[in-house]
Amino acid sequence: MAMSARDLDKREFFFGHKACAGCGGSLAVRIALKVLGERAVSVLPAGCMSAVGFNFPQLAFTNNAFITPFAATASVMTGIEAGLRQRGIDDFQVVGFAGDGGTADIGLQALSGAIDRGDNILYICYDNEAYMNTGIQKSGLTPYGAKTTTTPYKGSRRHKKDMLAIVAANGVDYAASASIGYLEDYIRKIEKAAGITGTKYIHVLAPCPVGWGFKTDETVDIAREAVDVGAWSLREYENGEWKLNREPSRPQDLELYMKRQGRFKIEKQYQEENNYAGE
Amino acid sequence: MPLKSLPNKAPELTAFEGGYLVSPNGGWRSVRPVINMNLCVHCGQCYLYCPDGTISPELCLDYNFCKGCGICAKMCKRGAITMQKEADYA
Ligand SMILES: Cc1ncc(C[n+]2csc(CCOP(=O)(O)OP(=O)(O)O)c2C)c(N)n1
Ligand code: SF4
Ligand code: SF4
Ligand code: SF4
Ligand SMILES: [Mg+2]
Repeated sequence: MAMSARDLDKREFFFGHKACAGCGGSLAVRIALKVLGERAVSVLPAGCMSAVGFNFPQLAFTNNAFITPFAATASVMTGIEAGLRQRGIDDFQVVGFAGDGGTADIGLQALSGAIDRGDNILYICYDNEAYMNTGIQKSGLTPYGAKTTTTPYKGSRRHKKDMLAIVAANGVDYAASASIGYLEDYIRKIEKAAGITGTKYIHVLAPCPVGWGFKTDETVDIAREAVDVGAWSLREYENGEWKLNREPSRPQDLELYMKRQGRFKIEKQYQEENNYAGE
Repeated sequence: MPLKSLPNKAPELTAFEGGYLVSPNGGWRSVRPVINMNLCVHCGQCYLYCPDGTISPELCLDYNFCKGCGICAKMCKRGAITMQKEADYA
């Protein structure tokens, strides 16, 4: 039976972390662990969620959790899964929480290898659309037009890599996209993924008030609006089939979605010359 | 430790029983959420969407760790949560 908010583990497994107020990524991690419960083993590369979760001697994770080198998330997951299995432990779920940079750029090779081997892991990419922990640099998942410290004038000239299509092409067993604005959908996908033996990939949009330029109380609202206007889609890939879980309810409001975020406020002159918002 | 003596389960959770291993974050706040129980319908949305997990399922607020982001107040369809100046509680 499908899990609802009320069935979540009442305990907090990611608590007292040092994420900025209103951090979308921390909500993605918190909820995933409340679905998976105490038998989850978390694996995090360099990035905001490891930086805010591990502050020696403090530990915000109450279940087992590991930091990996930046490029190695999926490889470390593979090793932990194999190691626990070798010790005769079978009741666990190795779950990775890697950022967009850690997934679509530097960690892509390790992820591809894990998918190729069919390793039994659940890889979650929390997508805040830039390298946030080092100060908002453009990543392969920064959307077109978004200003970062490395795309300061015109905003990014590249579109987001389609990570779901990439993992599907690699032969992943289950892939889904989600948004922290629609937690019921995210919860259902994590629960489903946890029930599948094989390589599972969930990509969750997780807005960052600091890097995107909006107020701390708007995080969930913006994550929801991204889906409603079609800037982000909720999809699933399974047995070679694609499914769209939700139609954008107001695609005409894409401009409103962009206007409420500081990162899309590109130099005025450039905007006028290029009819920016309409592109 | 020799392999055969390892327990057939993950080690016990450390933080629940021993208390969290983290220092409080409450000092970050300039505003705090306050729930008006007369308006609340116990839908649980504030508990669900808090990035810090500082609203319990029973709707107790942990002011030692709440950062005052205001998401819970935005999520509450009943308008039961207001953000109040922290200075008034000093
Ligand atoms: C090999 C290596 N290169 C660079 C870094 C520096 N670094 C640490 S976190 C980070 C940004 C991570 O971005 P992302 O994966 O999107 O996660 P976010 O911080 O946005 O949550 C970088 C570049 C590093 N730790 N290791
Ligand atoms: S910079 Fe952004 S992603 Fe990183 S902790 Fe702060 S809000 Fe979260
Ligand atoms: S203000 Fe933010 S941190 Fe505090 S209880 Fe509400 S959602 Fe949680
Ligand atoms: S969101 Fe509002 S109505 Fe729902 S439980 Fe929280 S305070 Fe009560
Ligand atoms: Mg990032």
